[in-house]
Amino acid sequence: MVVEPANASGLLAQIGAVGRRSITRTLRQRALLIFPMLFPLILFAINGSALSAATKIPGFPPVSYRAFLLAVPFMQGALFIAVTAGIDLARDIESGFFNRLALTPLRGSALLAGQLAGGVVVAVLQSVVYLLVGIAAGVGIASGVGGALVLLVLSILIAFGFAGVGALIALRSGSGEAVQAIFPLLFVTLFLSSSSLPRPLLRVQWFHDVATYNPVSYLIEGMRSLVITGWNGQALAMGFGFALALVIISLTLANIAIKNRLVRT
Amino acid sequence: MPGPAIVVEQLVREFRKGPRAVDGINLEVSPGEIYGFLGPNGAGKSTTVLMLTTLLPPTSGRASVGGFDIVHEGAHVRASIGAALQEAALDAILTGREHLMLQATLQGIPKATRVRRADELLERVGLVEAANRRVGGYSGGMKRRLDLALALVHSPSILFLDEPTTGLDLQSRTALWDEVARLAHDEGMTVFLTTQYLEEADALADRVGIIDHGKIVAEDTPAKLKAEIGSPTVEVLPADLATGDAIAEALGRFGSPTRGGRGSLTVQLPDGEAQLAELVRVLDQAGLHVASLHLHQPSLDDVFLAKTGRKLEGAAEEDPDATPEETTKRSRRRRGR
Repeated sequence: MVVEPANASGLLAQIGAVGRRSITRTLRQRALLIFPMLFPLILFAINGSALSAATKIPGFPPVSYRAFLLAVPFMQGALFIAVTAGIDLARDIESGFFNRLALTPLRGSALLAGQLAGGVVVAVLQSVVYLLVGIAAGVGIASGVGGALVLLVLSILIAFGFAGVGALIALRSGSGEAVQAIFPLLFVTLFLSSSSLPRPLLRVQWFHDVATYNPVSYLIEGMRSLVITGWNGQALAMGFGFALALVIISLTLANIAIKNRLVRT
Repeated sequence: MPGPAIVVEQLVREFRKGPRAVDGINLEVSPGEIYGFLGPNGAGKSTTVLMLTTLLPPTSGRASVGGFDIVHEGAHVRASIGAALQEAALDAILTGREHLMLQATLQGIPKATRVRRADELLERVGLVEAANRRVGGYSGGMKRRLDLALALVHSPSILFLDEPTTGLDLQSRTALWDEVARLAHDEGMTVFLTTQYLEEADALADRVGIIDHGKIVAEDTPAKLKAEIGSPTVEVLPADLATGDAIAEALGRFGSPTRGGRGSLTVQLPDGEAQLAELVRVLDQAGLHVASLHLHQPSLDDVFLAKTGRKLEGAAEEDPDATPEETTKRSRRRRGR
């Protein structure tokens, strides 16, 4: 029995099969699931307490520093997802598993979407955990239950976009080491943003300018607005706008990269 | 399949900043035949397999697999073939059954028959008991058997096996040989097998192509290749070293004996192994006692030596022209030892 290419499984079946594998892998590697989730919470606990004096700076929003900081773990978690999703894909390339998949009628877009499914599952889990920990730490969500749900959606969208970045690096380099090496650079974008203080309070001019041009600031401010302000249309529009742009750009480039990587005649 | 299963004409693959990994090879494999592609590391075996399985475009030349052109009809080629590439590329986190189900889904096997197909293949490769265990805990032999099962999921007519037994113990190697022979002889599957093991090519292949530095230097059945090299030799170890000269004189009627270690003498039998009895009679009539007597048939190693001037074992170590890809594979294997 020779399966003609025309009889190959459909796109959804392919995404489902690859996605199932990705999710199974993610759930079975608990260390990769738990520790990247814990690290942002530890930083949240330390900074939320140690930097609380920042609320006394004139012009600081009238909220606790923990409430101000809650958006940051979501962002850090997304960066971790970029790395784990990228390393997973790079490992497949290095081990030859990618070649095994390339010998099937699998479409590149299905492989990419399926591979990122594991990252999305982690994003959902960690976003819920961060939200619950924040509430348990006494942070109120100014935009209410609906805002909390929007916060989850935005954080998952951001994580999906960063997972695409990780996949792109993995596909371009074919190396897990290269994906790991990029992680500190991704973290620098977080430090050079409005993660610790509101932008108007960043007194050093160059830092203020960098944070203003850094899209990560707007991703954080979008999530933060739901926690400390309520429904802020402008902040949400910027947050969702940059998140969507990140998803579209990273996945488009990753899709091109996967076609180049899936070298088949 | 009406014509040959595999046809290769002047196939060339060049790597940037590297030599020609495959340098204008020609070959033809008939349906149901086991074709052994023998050569040292870096000879061009894996590069040839990657081209024939559509994973690497050739620089020039043409080839068809299952009647389909490897460059212009890649999807049809892939639908016709199964492949177990050099390193058993498996996911240590997944179970054997999960691998088969994933492969079956991606190969478009209907949902209703996927479980049955997975069960059949697990049974065939002897992995029923280990089916629900994670592959990370499998032995090398089990991984290779699962690799073979995965290549067979969609019942291909042509099977590519790239060094399928490298690193396996004798028992696992023999079990895999039996299965490959069964696939070819009972099911009529065409098998293109690369190997660096002489005994593997000798035991399995209907025909052997010997590749060195990207060129095919010899091709025929193992028996004909060995016959081409010449007649067998006999190695005689004297019971008493003092009788060495007398034994050498007695052996002189068959040819010029050469002296080896521990006083042994080796002579070629110009008329084949039938002369062994005569040789024994000559020694007996001269009253010469021997400690041991070994008949050596020409091996594929002798063929390789005759065609390339080097022994197959160790040829890779002195190969300065290995492609970067092959050098990486080689160093990976060394690290894995």
